[in-house]
Amino acid sequence: MTLAPPGLVFSGTVRFGTNVLFGPLDVAVPAGQWCCLLGPSGVGKSTVLQCLAGIAGQARAGTDAQAPLTHDGAARADDGRPLHGRIALMAQSDMLLPWLTVSQNIMLGARLRGQRTGKAGRARAAALIAQVGLEGLDHRKPADLSGGQRQRVALARVLFEDRPVVLLDEPFSALDVATRARMQDLAAQSLAGRTVLQVTHDPAEAARLGHRIVVLTRGGMIEAAPPDAPTPRAPDAPQTLATTGRLTRMLLDLT
Amino acid sequence: MRYLRIVVPLFLGLGLWQGAIWILQMPSFILPSPLRVAGALWHARVILAENALITMSEVVIGLLLGAALGWITAVGLAFSVAARNAVRPLLVFSQAVPVFALAPIFTLWFGYGMGSKIAMALLIIYFPVTSSFFDALMRVPAPWLAQAHVMGARRWQVMFTLRIPAALPGFLSGLKLAAVYAPIGAIIGEWVGASKGLGYLMLLANGRGKADLMFAALIVLAVLTLLLHRGVDRGADWFLARRTRSVGPDA
Repeated sequence: MTLAPPGLVFSGTVRFGTNVLFGPLDVAVPAGQWCCLLGPSGVGKSTVLQCLAGIAGQARAGTDAQAPLTHDGAARADDGRPLHGRIALMAQSDMLLPWLTVSQNIMLGARLRGQRTGKAGRARAAALIAQVGLEGLDHRKPADLSGGQRQRVALARVLFEDRPVVLLDEPFSALDVATRARMQDLAAQSLAGRTVLQVTHDPAEAARLGHRIVVLTRGGMIEAAPPDAPTPRAPDAPQTLATTGRLTRMLLDLT
Repeated sequence: MRYLRIVVPLFLGLGLWQGAIWILQMPSFILPSPLRVAGALWHARVILAENALITMSEVVIGLLLGAALGWITAVGLAFSVAARNAVRPLLVFSQAVPVFALAPIFTLWFGYGMGSKIAMALLIIYFPVTSSFFDALMRVPAPWLAQAHVMGARRWQVMFTLRIPAALPGFLSGLKLAAVYAPIGAIIGEWVGASKGLGYLMLLANGRGKADLMFAALIVLAVLTLLLHRGVDRGADWFLARRTRSVGPDA
């Protein structure tokens, strides 16, 4: 990582037209920590990430109309410098470009910025492909990969970007249980030290990965204590299971 | 089995054709028999080939120029809102003008040679290519564009690295349509005023009461149009399929 990670601050209310989508919220992610934003589907969790990434209400694919999404409040880094250029994003859809190979997809950011990747860039991409366990698949195209492999490529793309802040929008929710658990381990190891804000609807995921866990409900937000163990926590450790249960109960009672 | 699918309809068509002549007692200067037309195809093969070469050159050049112009217009429109607001009403209005009505004007401007026919073919395919490619450029999935924004992409790079490749299927479907339309443009151009080409040959044969030659020219035109259409279709499908398939040492 080239830059020291900043903490994140998100506060205020998000409206869609005149309706309040959620809020008022006040979430702070300490620098270098992994924070899980846990909540039911449709509560607007992803919008928090989009506000931080500066893509909320962005014009839909090429049309000239803006979505009427407004956020009054703060979505910023706590060191006072702009977040743009310091963020990488990973979503449930892997967003791989189907006409590019695995290594071209990983280096997409450089290409979009008009930078030459060169020998050093290709070597780094190759090292990341090995790191996420996809050795020998450099020249594959996304159509020839499994869902788990595609998310590994997406993770490698995030690592290639080498940004101090990483926003995860339910990146593992479409994977089967074992693949998801392996991806959680890989992500926790490879993103350690960065400031991570992860949106999820899975209490078990929050219990495994979060240094902080914030439960988002229609009424507001509640901070929940994570298990007292380093991440990634074993899915079958008693503490993890107890936290999973506690979070599930909160979602049942509050949403 | 594959050949049967071509041969059976072919003989059915020829049978109906010959049957109509026998039953309706058609004189050969109205509807010549398949055999007479086959004879004309053979006897006039040199003239037919020469004129077919002219017509197909007009079609292919018109197709290439029209596709290139459509490509540039669509990218320009997708790139700039101002261009969109200024040019789109003009494009829509231009579609209200019957293209065929422009053929005499093109003959006036570009002369009796190939120029006016190329212009006609170009014009007739310009709009389908432009609108099909433009629509595809505007339909690029929003999450891809959002991700490019987060990555700090430049506008030009988003266009050339993301939007144009993503919209290529749209461009190719416009091109498939164009391959069907372009010959129509060239033939109309030749009817209005020409000294060469299959359209000219048909008018000439008609004027001299040579219905068999007229039909022979028509058949050559139909076969060539069909081949062009199939070629472009196959080529586009092959390219698109190949593009998302892994190639290389480990594929």
